[in-house]
Amino acid sequence: MKKVYPDAHAALAGVISDGMTIMAGGFGLCGIPDLLIEAIRDSGAKNLTIVSNNAGIDGVGLGVLLETRQVKKMISSYVGENKTFAQQYLAGELEIEFNPQGTLAERIRAGGAGIPAFYTKTGYGTLIAEGKETREFDGEMYVMERGLFADLAVVHAWKGDTEGNLVYRKTARNFNPMMATAARVTVAQVEHLVQPGEIDPDHIITPGIFVSRIVHAPNAAKRIEQRTVRKAA
Amino acid sequence: MAWTRDQMAQRAAQELRDGYYVNLGIGIPTLVSNYIPEGMTVQLQSENGMLGMGPFPLEGEEDPDLINAGKQTITELPTTSYFSSADSFAMIRGGHINLSILGAMQVAENGDLANWMIPGKMVKGMGGAMDLVAGVKKVVVVMEHSAKGKDGSMEPKLLHRCTLPLTGTRVVDMVITDLGVFTIDKHGNGGMKLVELAPGVTVEDVKAQTEASFTVALGEAAQKAA
Repeated sequence: MKKVYPDAHAALAGVISDGMTIMAGGFGLCGIPDLLIEAIRDSGAKNLTIVSNNAGIDGVGLGVLLETRQVKKMISSYVGENKTFAQQYLAGELEIEFNPQGTLAERIRAGGAGIPAFYTKTGYGTLIAEGKETREFDGEMYVMERGLFADLAVVHAWKGDTEGNLVYRKTARNFNPMMATAARVTVAQVEHLVQPGEIDPDHIITPGIFVSRIVHAPNAAKRIEQRTVRKAA
Repeated sequence: MAWTRDQMAQRAAQELRDGYYVNLGIGIPTLVSNYIPEGMTVQLQSENGMLGMGPFPLEGEEDPDLINAGKQTITELPTTSYFSSADSFAMIRGGHINLSILGAMQVAENGDLANWMIPGKMVKGMGGAMDLVAGVKKVVVVMEHSAKGKDGSMEPKLLHRCTLPLTGTRVVDMVITDLGVFTIDKHGNGGMKLVELAPGVTVEDVKAQTEASFTVALGEAAQKAA
């Protein structure tokens, strides 16, 4: 079975439909599968639920899906940098479900690992815990959170081989490895596409079993949100 | 003279210990990294997936794949490791991080913290704050003692009970403001204690700007550290 597709549109052909849940990797604009997100926009699919730590910025990353009003609901931990998001949310056109960042990461990890729910002390006694089961373990209170599993995950990796084994680079790893495990179909865009054996098996972060389709994205635009520098001493 | 932002950060740096793994929030807490005592080894954790955070890069050396949780470009160190968000919060929630220093909108005398939303205003989300305060062993809040309204009014931020939605219940161990330092007995009933004053600030000055009940035990924090 060939996993490599010629471009992002081909890699998503036949796997996108209205109303589906899509996980998108990245933290801010770091490690986002930008070409796959643009291909989702071009598919025209509507009423999407997007699971992603952030919502991109205006015109970049998931921001492009907000502009075209393809998103019905976001499940995120922080959405501060997006004016389009704020406008649609305040107009009641967009739903948001805030998850604490660690709870979001663990819900995805659990979903991918076949764990339907787990207990965490994060958010106990706050709005986040309202309506959720709580339980005491060893004298401390915990909140039950559900695993998350999506119809589609789109992820970004630095290097991938044709079997779908993936390696990430620096902090561009973030949510990508868990999301790769937590969807019926996972599509990865990789900056460097190599042959099996070229990645040291000891260095593989996401084993190819989790990846259905791969597209080579050597020229993915990488944007910096907050350029901060120091002066040379 | 009340403490400046940098002096508050400098005071917070006194809570660091050799070998600590520390998570610093955005704002004044970020400044704490400028005051790590010489000879002390402290590893800074960034919850987007990095341990051993280095300083900002030199101009021209920015790497879009290397950012902190505030999305700022940073650098790596020889001690750096990278990991997923799930592993990052395993460190945080699992109690492996020694110290979290973060900002706040309100803190209550029992250690309740509010720092993520104001009802009626655009809510940006809590990010990793709820996980940090629930999981990290010691939580230090650094904030202005009072909130200054646009009309010049002063609203206390240290309260009997938080009025804003909570980030965590009974989570704060210490509060450093521009006026002084408080400790909170978050697991017991010892309440809040004023343990240090900024130079020139009196207990009466603090009382005038504080709604929370507190006892005065000046010098206690210093004794404990010695």
